[in-house]
Amino acid sequence: MRRGKTPVPNAAASRTRTLPLAAALREATLAALVAFGLFFFLIGLHTDQGPTGALMVTTRFDSLALMVGVVFVGAFIRALLFGRGPIGLGRALPIWLAPAVAKAGRYVGPALLGFALLVPVLFYHNRYVLDLGILVLTYVMLGWGLNIVVGLAGLLDLGYVAFYAVGAYSYALLSTHFGLSFWICLPLAGILAAFWGVLLGFPVLRLRGDYLAIVTLAFGEIIRLVLLNWQDLTGGPNGITSIPRPSFFGLPFVDGEGGFAAAFGLEFSPTHRVVFLFYLILALALITNWVTIRMRRLPIGRAWEAMREDEIACRSLGINTTNTKLTAFAMGAMFGGIAGSFFATRQGFISPESFVFGESALILAIVVLGGMGSQIGVAVAALVMLGGFELFRELDQYRMLVFGGAMVAIMIWRPRGLVASREPSLYLAERRAVPQALVEQGRG
Amino acid sequence: MVRSGDLILNVERLTMRFGGLVAVDDLSFRARRGEITALIGPNGAGKTTVFNCITGFYKPSAGLIELVHPDGRSFLLERLLDFRIAQVAKVARTFQNIRLFPAMTALENLVVAQHNVLMAASGFTLAGLFGLRSYAEAERAAIDKARYWLDRTGLLRRADDAAGGLAYGEQRRLEIARAMCTDPVLLCLDEPAAGLNARESAELNELLRFIQHQHGTSILLIEHDMSVVMEISDHIVVLDYGVKIADGPPAAIRNDPKVIAAYLGVEDEEVEEVEAEVKP
Repeated sequence: MRRGKTPVPNAAASRTRTLPLAAALREATLAALVAFGLFFFLIGLHTDQGPTGALMVTTRFDSLALMVGVVFVGAFIRALLFGRGPIGLGRALPIWLAPAVAKAGRYVGPALLGFALLVPVLFYHNRYVLDLGILVLTYVMLGWGLNIVVGLAGLLDLGYVAFYAVGAYSYALLSTHFGLSFWICLPLAGILAAFWGVLLGFPVLRLRGDYLAIVTLAFGEIIRLVLLNWQDLTGGPNGITSIPRPSFFGLPFVDGEGGFAAAFGLEFSPTHRVVFLFYLILALALITNWVTIRMRRLPIGRAWEAMREDEIACRSLGINTTNTKLTAFAMGAMFGGIAGSFFATRQGFISPESFVFGESALILAIVVLGGMGSQIGVAVAALVMLGGFELFRELDQYRMLVFGGAMVAIMIWRPRGLVASREPSLYLAERRAVPQALVEQGRG
Repeated sequence: MVRSGDLILNVERLTMRFGGLVAVDDLSFRARRGEITALIGPNGAGKTTVFNCITGFYKPSAGLIELVHPDGRSFLLERLLDFRIAQVAKVARTFQNIRLFPAMTALENLVVAQHNVLMAASGFTLAGLFGLRSYAEAERAAIDKARYWLDRTGLLRRADDAAGGLAYGEQRRLEIARAMCTDPVLLCLDEPAAGLNARESAELNELLRFIQHQHGTSILLIEHDMSVVMEISDHIVVLDYGVKIADGPPAAIRNDPKVIAAYLGVEDEEVEEVEAEVKP
């Protein structure tokens, strides 16, 4: 249950230091052998269509040799520099740099916020950056919402996208059928998603860990399949089209009389709407953040974290863990739903294809990568993940390879996410961050 | 008028079966208010099972557990859910294998223990979300109470350290402090002296006496360390294989042949003799 031990430099590492060259050579040879075994069939052999149309096998031993060589050199350098065993940040970063990094960490949040506020000003004429910004912020909000469930309450939820879908369809249906405005639908979508969160919460109250994860995964799929098959209501695979776009508190973003541009005496530009959407999702994300930070300092938030640490101890203190779990699900779902209705109004078109399991996995990856429970970590992780996707777009077919490699590297250096330590919500004398080794991962 | 010595806990014909195994068999005993009642017995005697029945973590197969509050209200614990027993009947407990919230600081651990009071003060989160003054005051009071118990248990210096990073003895004391923060009527301690050295055991005795005398909290104690049990208990109940074999003040228990037999074992030829004594 408890992992009270902090990693200590292991004896093996110090032993290899005595004969670094030989040990590194052995390590590298071993790695090269493994690489050879792995890549022989993957890279060494290549099937192609022959002139007669039949499959024929060609060999690519030069590429194979190159890959094995790269692995050999890489492993050799690694073994020389770090010795054996996992690479901790302590060893990857010089000791004297660590306090400076921690100090700089404090300015990351305000700096990011300042940058986010300035993005529409700096990139006003760059529609691509604005759209990417909106996308990143949507995932920041989703990450923060899921962080309540996974990071704080420790309930592993693999079906978070279901609430995103509920929010999106709530807005789409309410606005297209009843003509309700975006500003009325936004809280309604949140409430409906929270309701579904509670509905999911009830059957899974007794489940923990892997079992909880499987049921939430199934829940996500159920919602998607219902949306796909309930043709009369949701339009099935065709989705819902011409969802009303948001207005600037009643002023639509249209050319001519009565539009936003005319009311403010500006020349009409389609960018106005994009900038508005950018600030809208920024505000929604910041509200999510604010509520989460406040709740962490309230009894309910502390009960969430206590439940992640030890549910039985919670019950022995008179904490109603049923209610605590349901509120965590409801709060997380609510923010997911609000983000969903924003998504619907931004796209103007939604279909079940936008709410596949991959989305849930992406949001969960953001939370895990960011460091479960850390607000700033999640924001940075969303930026890294989605920014990374875009950055490597030019690499074409190697995009996923580079991306996967980056993920592996991060998991080696920061196995518990970018910001793994925990900030206490209360202190008597001074606020001391809790080291990552003590923080429970939460297994529902 | 409630006096010390009134009945606080009445366990009657408590039986707990796990499939074919009878862990606790028809156990009846009473604990009086303001006293320290010890539950002792060899390993596997069913002591922790009794605790789990009293605190609601197990539902007893048969029997009745009655808790009487100083104001005369009584609660049938076997009918309450585990968290309601802590919340309403005011029974607090510690665990044999310490169950703190390791990533939370010592102070946070004690504030979490005051969840229900703070939850009501925060208007079930809504008032707290907007920072109403009444909640801020309630939180300050909760911190003061936590500070008091940290001071009492000698942990004030470690208030802002993660509970998981405290030394073993400190963790044991913090768990008792956390249980006391729920304002219990009955405090159930499951082997509080396990793993403590002689000096720490003596400090524990002092702490338990302080709780007993200054706070009037009744204590139910499972313990193997006889230096703790014999010195501080007012009343001892001895279990062996789920059956009560003795019940009385420490002086009487110390010399009881059945207890000695259960603890030390007896020579082969004496077994039948002792069994005849044990099973009436």
